[in-house]
Amino acid sequence: MTLVLTRKLLWAIVTLIVASVVVFLALEIVPGDPAQVMLGINATDEAVEALRRSLGLNRPPLERYLSWISGMIVGDFGKSYTYSVPVWELFIDRVTVSLPLALLSLFISAAIAIPVGVYAAARRGSAADTGIMAISQLGIAVPNFWLALLLVYVMAIWLQLVPAGGFPGWEAGVLNGLQSLLLPAIALGLPQAAILSRVTRSALLETLGEDYIRTARAKGLSRRATLWKHALRNSMIPVVTIIGLQFAYLLAGTIIIENVFYLPGLGRLVFQAISLRDLIVVESIVMILVATIIIINLLVDLAYFWIDPRLRRRGAR
Amino acid sequence: MSKLRRIAVAALMTTALMPMVEASTALAAKTSLTMGMVLEPPHLDPTAGAPAAIDEVVYSNLFEGLTRIGSKGEVLPGLAERWDVSEDGKTYTFHLRKGVKFHDGTDFDASDVKFSFDRARAEESTNAQKGLFAGIENIETVDPATVKITLKSAAGSFLFNLGWGDAVIVAPESAEGNKAKPIGTGPFKFGNWVKGASVDLVRNDAYWGDKVSLEKATFRFISDPAAALSSMLAGDVDAFANFPAPESIPQLKADPRFKVVVGSTEGETILTTNNTKPPFNDVRVRRAIAHAIDRQAIIDGAMFGLGTPIGTHFAPHHPAYVNLVDRYPLDLEGAKKLLAEAGHPDGFKATLKLPPPSYARRGGEIIAAQLRKIGIELEIIPVEWGVWVPEVFKGKDFDLTIVSHTEPQDIGIYGKEGYYFNYTSDAFNDVMAKMNSETDEAKRYGLMGEGQKIITEDAVNGYLFQLAKAGVWNAKINGLWENSPIQANDLTGVSWSD
Repeated sequence: MTLVLTRKLLWAIVTLIVASVVVFLALEIVPGDPAQVMLGINATDEAVEALRRSLGLNRPPLERYLSWISGMIVGDFGKSYTYSVPVWELFIDRVTVSLPLALLSLFISAAIAIPVGVYAAARRGSAADTGIMAISQLGIAVPNFWLALLLVYVMAIWLQLVPAGGFPGWEAGVLNGLQSLLLPAIALGLPQAAILSRVTRSALLETLGEDYIRTARAKGLSRRATLWKHALRNSMIPVVTIIGLQFAYLLAGTIIIENVFYLPGLGRLVFQAISLRDLIVVESIVMILVATIIIINLLVDLAYFWIDPRLRRRGAR
Repeated sequence: MSKLRRIAVAALMTTALMPMVEASTALAAKTSLTMGMVLEPPHLDPTAGAPAAIDEVVYSNLFEGLTRIGSKGEVLPGLAERWDVSEDGKTYTFHLRKGVKFHDGTDFDASDVKFSFDRARAEESTNAQKGLFAGIENIETVDPATVKITLKSAAGSFLFNLGWGDAVIVAPESAEGNKAKPIGTGPFKFGNWVKGASVDLVRNDAYWGDKVSLEKATFRFISDPAAALSSMLAGDVDAFANFPAPESIPQLKADPRFKVVVGSTEGETILTTNNTKPPFNDVRVRRAIAHAIDRQAIIDGAMFGLGTPIGTHFAPHHPAYVNLVDRYPLDLEGAKKLLAEAGHPDGFKATLKLPPPSYARRGGEIIAAQLRKIGIELEIIPVEWGVWVPEVFKGKDFDLTIVSHTEPQDIGIYGKEGYYFNYTSDAFNDVMAKMNSETDEAKRYGLMGEGQKIITEDAVNGYLFQLAKAGVWNAKINGLWENSPIQANDLTGVSWSD
């Protein structure tokens, strides 16, 4: 197991280095000068040049890459060109919105999907199963931004139960904060739940067809006990894999939902930074996200070991 | 109780408890305002960046200049109570208000004025409108309440220029920190900034002038047009000075809770033409294009009917505007004849580079269709601003482009050497030189009118329409600006009725 982990860690470092080169080169190639974008079209060349100097943009690319990388190694992610505050601060500001939102929607997704998936698998072929599968098909087909608009229309405009969007900041109280994350979390979570419930159902069905399940039933174990004791745990690997993928997506890929609810999340920060050519923000945040996703994948791998003891033994060889 | 029913009751109870916090605020006459804006300012120092969003939060609210621009574009006294101009129009003596304090408690006096302008024109200055200060020869503090500014040559627009957000007065003690924690002299001071979400301003009770009636103003940043609509409908936002979803205007107009005010901006939207690039270097070709453009069709198709047709590069709401819309009436036969005279009886091919705003992207499609009727085939090339600026604006590598020139009273760009549409006219330059040395307002207006006629006669660019400003706000709000003669959301006169 230690060997597997070391190998995975090494790969993580290689991935990070490759990612840093790719993101840096991509932004070097994209046309547009940050200083010019910041000062607008009426700025004198002199003023643009002065700004380039003060941002350090007049240095050669290799030098800028190396100073960026060496800064990150010691935890300095640079300073935003446009906001003039450390990128790390911007990241913390935004991640305190994006992370709770991701966790909340993941919770909604799993809390709905796993019981529903298990229920459908246990009653395979019944009317309930067909109904659940039809609804989940619909859930996959509905785009989350459309669901978001529908939720806003019903909950915020019509019933006026919750604000239509925005985020008051956690200073305004945990309850207020959670209240403004609720609709976006539902809008994100429901389509994910649809996917996850189908995965849970099919994984469970596959396990239920295994020989040892038949053996368990044959030795007199009840349907329910077989399902919970033997089948569920053995079908968790694909479910955990999907949850890991969903978490990564929910953390970084929610820009459309952030726009619909005008939430100050990570997706919007990166998008804004790209259009303003705030290169250092894009580069550093992308790197932080790459690192986060690598960590999530590592955690998923660890979860495999926990779910399936056979993997632990195989890894130790 | 069945399990299912218990779950349903629990769900209902949780949703019923949540909104309690919101409901209690609606009763008494409000003293706070939440204004929606499409873009978030990158920082809050108007003297160190171009984005209009900076001025839209801080101008006149938080920072003030020597002069200020009123709702109709007029020059009003600001931190200078009054001023004298010398005979030759070169020396301005400003008499400053006394007893003015910055928000951090430090005094405002002549030395702050000198500091601010010297900072803006210094070599390492990153002021986005550094050109405004280029004409200053010398700044002298006569006494703490008097400043004398000498110009290199007379400039009639000087007082207007000092009213720009880029020319506000800052203090040497706080200037460096203004990006994150702005310190000005205005009726509001900085409260809080939740990055990516909102900026709060609170009333400055130590203000030198009349106290404002709002105790708190919040600017909320909502970039998505659909979200802007739902935020208004849900009552999360009280006002949008510039509503981003023109297609929803009829819906809001029909709702008695809201007031919809369509005003004008300083944005002349033009089909910019590269005047030195063949075949556009021939005035007959440019006139043919002018005859082929149907402005109303563009306004209806691209802007949902919002916008005023213009025939020259000047804002129709300004007293010096000359209506030249009918100089080139829609006349396809005439246009074809002009093209034939210029040696293009079968038309020609050219490119049209379009920046992101919808006026350009949607308007460009319509213009391409209109010009096709006289044989001009346009290849549409969509570009990002990050590409438009170096390629079109700096590199002048374009045939045609569409852009809205939003700086106030910017007809002077037609005399600017090397400006991107490559136009030169001695007649125009003479008129501008005369106007700059003229201090009598009526005569200045007359000369501005002459300038407008010259550029229209030369059909320098295709003049399309003045960008509209569709303001939507709660019907109980008074005092928001109808037009935007300068990029600002001046909240000093805003109050709630009831």
